[in-house]
Amino acid sequence: MGSLNIENVKKAFGPVEVLKGINLEVTDGEFVVFVGPSGCGKSTLLRVIAGLEDSTSGRVVIDGADVSATPPAKRGIAMVFQTYALYPHLTVKNNMGLGLKQAGTPAAEIDRRIGIASSMLSLEPYLARRPAELSGGQRQRVAIGRAVVREPKLFLFDEPLSNLDAALRVNTRLEIAQLHRRLKATMIYVTHDQVEAMTLADKIVVLNAGKIEQIGGPMELYNSPANEFVAGFIGSPKMNFVDGARLGETAKTIGVRPEHLTVDAKSGAWKGTVVHAEHLGADTNLYLDCEKAGLITVRIFGVYNAEPGATLYATPDPARTYRFGADGKVLK
Amino acid sequence: MSTATSSLPRTIGAHAVLLTYTVIALFPVIIVIMNSFKSRAGIFGAPLAPPTPKTFDLIGYTTVIGQGDFIHYFQNSLVVTVASLFFVLLFGAMAAFALSEYRFRGNSLMGLYLALGIMIPIRLATVAILQLMVTSGLVNTLTALILVYTAQGLPLAVFILSEFMKQVSDDLKNAGRIDGLSEYTIFFRLVLPLVRPSMATVAVFTMIPIWNDLWFPLILAPSEETKTVTLGAQLFLGQFVTNWNAILAALSLAIMPVLILYVIFSRQLIRGITSGAVK
Ligand SMILES: Nc1ncnc2c1ncn2[C@@H]1O[C@H](COP(=O)(O)OP(=O)(O)OP(=O)(O)O)[C@@H](O)[C@H]1O
Ligand SMILES: [Mg+2]
Repeated sequence: MGSLNIENVKKAFGPVEVLKGINLEVTDGEFVVFVGPSGCGKSTLLRVIAGLEDSTSGRVVIDGADVSATPPAKRGIAMVFQTYALYPHLTVKNNMGLGLKQAGTPAAEIDRRIGIASSMLSLEPYLARRPAELSGGQRQRVAIGRAVVREPKLFLFDEPLSNLDAALRVNTRLEIAQLHRRLKATMIYVTHDQVEAMTLADKIVVLNAGKIEQIGGPMELYNSPANEFVAGFIGSPKMNFVDGARLGETAKTIGVRPEHLTVDAKSGAWKGTVVHAEHLGADTNLYLDCEKAGLITVRIFGVYNAEPGATLYATPDPARTYRFGADGKVLK
Repeated sequence: MSTATSSLPRTIGAHAVLLTYTVIALFPVIIVIMNSFKSRAGIFGAPLAPPTPKTFDLIGYTTVIGQGDFIHYFQNSLVVTVASLFFVLLFGAMAAFALSEYRFRGNSLMGLYLALGIMIPIRLATVAILQLMVTSGLVNTLTALILVYTAQGLPLAVFILSEFMKQVSDDLKNAGRIDGLSEYTIFFRLVLPLVRPSMATVAVFTMIPIWNDLWFPLILAPSEETKTVTLGAQLFLGQFVTNWNAILAALSLAIMPVLILYVIFSRQLIRGITSGAVK
């Protein structure tokens, strides 16, 4: 119940190929997150899964059935949009119930499901209100509620939190995580946000320019990225990339994450000057201009006092240094 | 409007300009209405003076109501205007939705073709239209007028409405599709309410030329049965004598229905005009 298979899906808008052959397997109950830079085709892929956009070629299989020719309402999916997309003329209750009503569900059953969903999302006090009378966070909860009452095989989220402010984002993220645990439903979630991806996902799909770069668990992507793109995309601050030739290495590029560098005032591998220091309380980000390695970022846990202009030595942890070939792939 | 950006002299200046414009725009209308309540001697003696007890006379109105079938003409005008308006808005909105929502081959070409009518006056085709109406036996029917006015109003309606429909959130329409709404329900229940202000704008722009038109009623439907108000008022315009009292009274009466329709739409209209500025 709720598996998804995408087989060689391609999508072109006129001459522009936006999805260039996507293959993906999602098992029942999995939480899969799509990440990638803006314009890489995340939303397009989600819309193809939902049936809002026809793929140019390839198959979408939900629960063992090829749905490529099935209209969105019959695919057993529900979708939550970035802009909430609530029906402005309907109350919260009717917003949630409309899909079921269209499908001919008996009124008593609709009420029962709305009751469960609204208590799950603490929406009971607002059931008689219209969307215009709700705050952004409440609206997004209604949109999630509207998806929940449909009891879909597959939940699709397109950047559901990006219109919310930071504090609300954390709360709603938590709610989505709890929802996934309670419903045990399959969820597909598109985001720009690293933290959302790392905290929610069972499996992350990194997309770039219409192709899948790597699929794996959050820690797998962090610890063993397949290529330079994934290494740079996962982790914040971004991984440092240093030209291998400048370090006298055979690899084209050497990558090391900011948190896997140590600094010392006296000695170390790379001598550099402090350009700027960012104090975040729990950690400190130092920007060092190194003679050998160029401009790098170092992340130090806790408070570290360094004045711009001071000389420091940075040393990478050899066990956690990545070597990339000319094609960008990681060298074993 | 915030008070921080408007200073007193600027406010006064703006109001002076607006008031002047209002006076200029309303002047002819006021003169017409004032003189419609005066006797013939009063009209010619002092055309700019308001009616006094001496010059006050309802002769114009009694002539209009007594002579000819003015109530009937009014009915004709109203039927033609309201029916044309209905079809222009319905078909215009549907075409605009199709053009803005669906990607199909020749989409932009079709949009251009539909908008072409804005630049080509429909009167150029009068002869052809008349031939068409004669062969289809529609001469001297209100249907003929309604058809012509619908055609006349559509280009601008499609053009304006498709711009507004493009702004309606895609997510909303997609949410409707996922909930199993048909394309018609999405159009009528989700999209139309959201573009209501622009519909009112189009309604006003469409309605006034139709109500005021003399050309097509004269050519396509000049019979007693199908006369519109503007055509009916010609009755009092003689080659040698013109019954000014009656003409002015007929014109004053003719203003009323458009005024009422305008008031109905104006609330929406004001929202439509300012909607871009506020959001
Ligand atoms: N209807 C369309 N017609 C033409 N091109 C489109 C259309 N929709 C999307 N595209 C193009 O497809 C590409 C992928 O768009 P998509 O919306 O999937 O990106 P995304 O990964 O969701 O980006 P973001 O993170 O900014 O939302 C973009 O380059 C976009 O310009
Ligand atoms: Mg997107």
